[in-house]
Amino acid sequence: MALSLKKHAMPVQAPDVRAHNFDEVALGYDAETAVAEAERCLHCKKPLCREGCPVSIDIPAFIALIKERDFQGALAKIQEANALPAICGRVCPQENQCEKHCILAKKGEAVAIGRLERFVADCGLAAGEEVQPVKAAADAQKVAVIGAGPSGLSCAGDLAKKGYNVTIFEALHKAGGVLSYGIPEFRLPKEKVVQKEIANIEKLGVNIELDSVAGRLFTVDELMQDEGFDAVFIGTGAGLPRFQNIPGESLNGVYSANEFLTRCNLMQAYDFPHHVTPIKVGQHVAVVGGGNVAMDAARTALRLGAAEVTIVYRRSEAELPARLEEIGHAKEEGIQFQFLTNPVEVLGDENGWVKGLRCIRMELGEPDASGRRRPIPVEGSEFELPMETVIIAIGTGANPIVAQTTEGLATNKRGYIEADETTGATSKAGVFAGGDIVTGAATVILAMGAGRKAAASIDAYLQSKRAD
Amino acid sequence: MFKILAKEELSPNVYAMTIEAPRVARKAQPGQFIILRIDEQGERIPLTIADFDREQGTILLVFQTIGASTMQLAELNAGDSLLDFVGPLGTPSVIKKFDGTVVVVGGGIGVAPTYPIARAMKEAGNKVIAIMGAKTKDILIMEEQMKQVTDEILVTTDDGSRGIKGFVTYAVQALVDRGEHIGQITAIGPCIMMKSVADATRPLGIPTVVSLNPIMVDGTGMCGGCRVTVGGETKFACVDGPEFDGHQVDFAGLMSRQRMYRDLEAEEKDHVCRIGLGR
Repeated sequence: MALSLKKHAMPVQAPDVRAHNFDEVALGYDAETAVAEAERCLHCKKPLCREGCPVSIDIPAFIALIKERDFQGALAKIQEANALPAICGRVCPQENQCEKHCILAKKGEAVAIGRLERFVADCGLAAGEEVQPVKAAADAQKVAVIGAGPSGLSCAGDLAKKGYNVTIFEALHKAGGVLSYGIPEFRLPKEKVVQKEIANIEKLGVNIELDSVAGRLFTVDELMQDEGFDAVFIGTGAGLPRFQNIPGESLNGVYSANEFLTRCNLMQAYDFPHHVTPIKVGQHVAVVGGGNVAMDAARTALRLGAAEVTIVYRRSEAELPARLEEIGHAKEEGIQFQFLTNPVEVLGDENGWVKGLRCIRMELGEPDASGRRRPIPVEGSEFELPMETVIIAIGTGANPIVAQTTEGLATNKRGYIEADETTGATSKAGVFAGGDIVTGAATVILAMGAGRKAAASIDAYLQSKRAD
Repeated sequence: MFKILAKEELSPNVYAMTIEAPRVARKAQPGQFIILRIDEQGERIPLTIADFDREQGTILLVFQTIGASTMQLAELNAGDSLLDFVGPLGTPSVIKKFDGTVVVVGGGIGVAPTYPIARAMKEAGNKVIAIMGAKTKDILIMEEQMKQVTDEILVTTDDGSRGIKGFVTYAVQALVDRGEHIGQITAIGPCIMMKSVADATRPLGIPTVVSLNPIMVDGTGMCGGCRVTVGGETKFACVDGPEFDGHQVDFAGLMSRQRMYRDLEAEEKDHVCRIGLGR
């Protein structure tokens, strides 16, 4: 049989159906499709896919096990490197990582590594397979992890496997960080996937303390001096929403994407009034920005009942930073796009509510520092779009509390913690950091990679401490 | 779970609740707030800390039943528990020895959070005067406690049933008229009251701190729902505040944002009431 140049298609909910529900869009491979897709792997002598994985999963090995229909073995192979496979199989940008390096991608489409990872992880969750706990030794050294997002969870998981006594302190009432408050249910189911994978990390022996705002309830120094922690990992993330600083951003009906998504995902406002947190969505919704968060906010607004949702992006379609798959899904669902368009003012009515968005057309000039062509306003091209809701999704900054309250912790001028790229070591002895609070907003998997690297260097640090 | 140790109705629709939260109590300072969630379906409710007892490990909250969530909270009793209790949040009040008298102004339930501020200001060696405002004498709260931690109390009521007839600004003016040298005023209460106090003190050049209570979700700087314009800049009340220079706050914008969910709140209240009928 000739090798197919195309991936096996991912079964999805029909666009006209899914635009009105919060169920997962992508339904996942069945066993036959997964095995057939695994058969496409050429098992290169020098597998480049693995180099593209931030947590270095042994990709050829787990694919080989799928070919043999040993799905449990395939999952175990992934779990050696990745504590959250059902999550990563769904939200990693594989096209820029493992699959980008796949030899098949030179001629056609890469092996669907992400879909295969999701398949075996879902098999494991469905079978209710138990993660084997590692009992921390009675005299095990104690590690505090601040933030139960991707970097903290992967750091904690790795350290627990090595036998340390690990406690995660989470500010919100639910663990997961952006996995719980940010990424929508229709892309990443909360009960079915996120909470189960977090429960697996707890089964490794990790203790998670919710409702615990580090920097307010305790300082990093107090953890180390009074509460007996031998090392601290800071993975507090970058969740401080940015605004455009244009007139009208304080009008009612203007949301940061973070607030909009948090109300819907974490607080389940889509289930109002059974869940008590309210959310407001008008008939016409503008989402400003072009990243994955913008796509998530736009598709969420549609599901909450908006008649027309428009993404307003200042560059052209080619520069959209969102994943192609997410852009495709958004288009299929009927999300509109206004490219080369930048808001200059949110217009309000006499009662302080949004009634429109005044925009200006843009054109692309010379490349800027990011390598993308800089958008320049076209003079005299202002126009108005009637809107009742405006969601700002132009990025986020460093979460400020821990950095502000930890003495001797060096940060850069934008408030991100300065940490060694390979070890996560900060300017403060015994304190490590990783994920978005170091790099600025990036991806789930990069944060997990940083958490793993920090876990390895925390292990080395504590070993040397034991030797003293 | 966080246990409710005591509950008292201070005046109609105004309740005081003592919550067992030893870790929060250990770190709580005047001017800070907490966020609580009653149950799994509950919203995150921000409330300013009315008092804390580090030895007993308790936090005192004073709240008024306004929406569905505070009504649900008021139905709980000593022995019941709250699912989530997060804090202390926000930046504490600046407590120091001022050049001049420190005046705390509380309107309605806003009197409650001025209490720990007054106490700390007194402990820092200040002469402290409390101005307490209410619509009528029967709904005045915490008068006895406040007497213990201040040098003087001025009561104002809208209907003149106690103290000075009129608004709290009348009492501020009375202090100025009698030549009281005021170092700082902290005003906490309804937005319109805080705005009036700030408007009154601006021409007199009296530093005036107000404590804002905008709509918020997480309370740690991540939603931006609590943004407020202060001195032309966007600030987040949860991390930059909740206390700000009252002379710099855009109160009109703040008051407009407070109304964002008014219609949905009515629907929510209706929803809760219907559940109540079934009981």
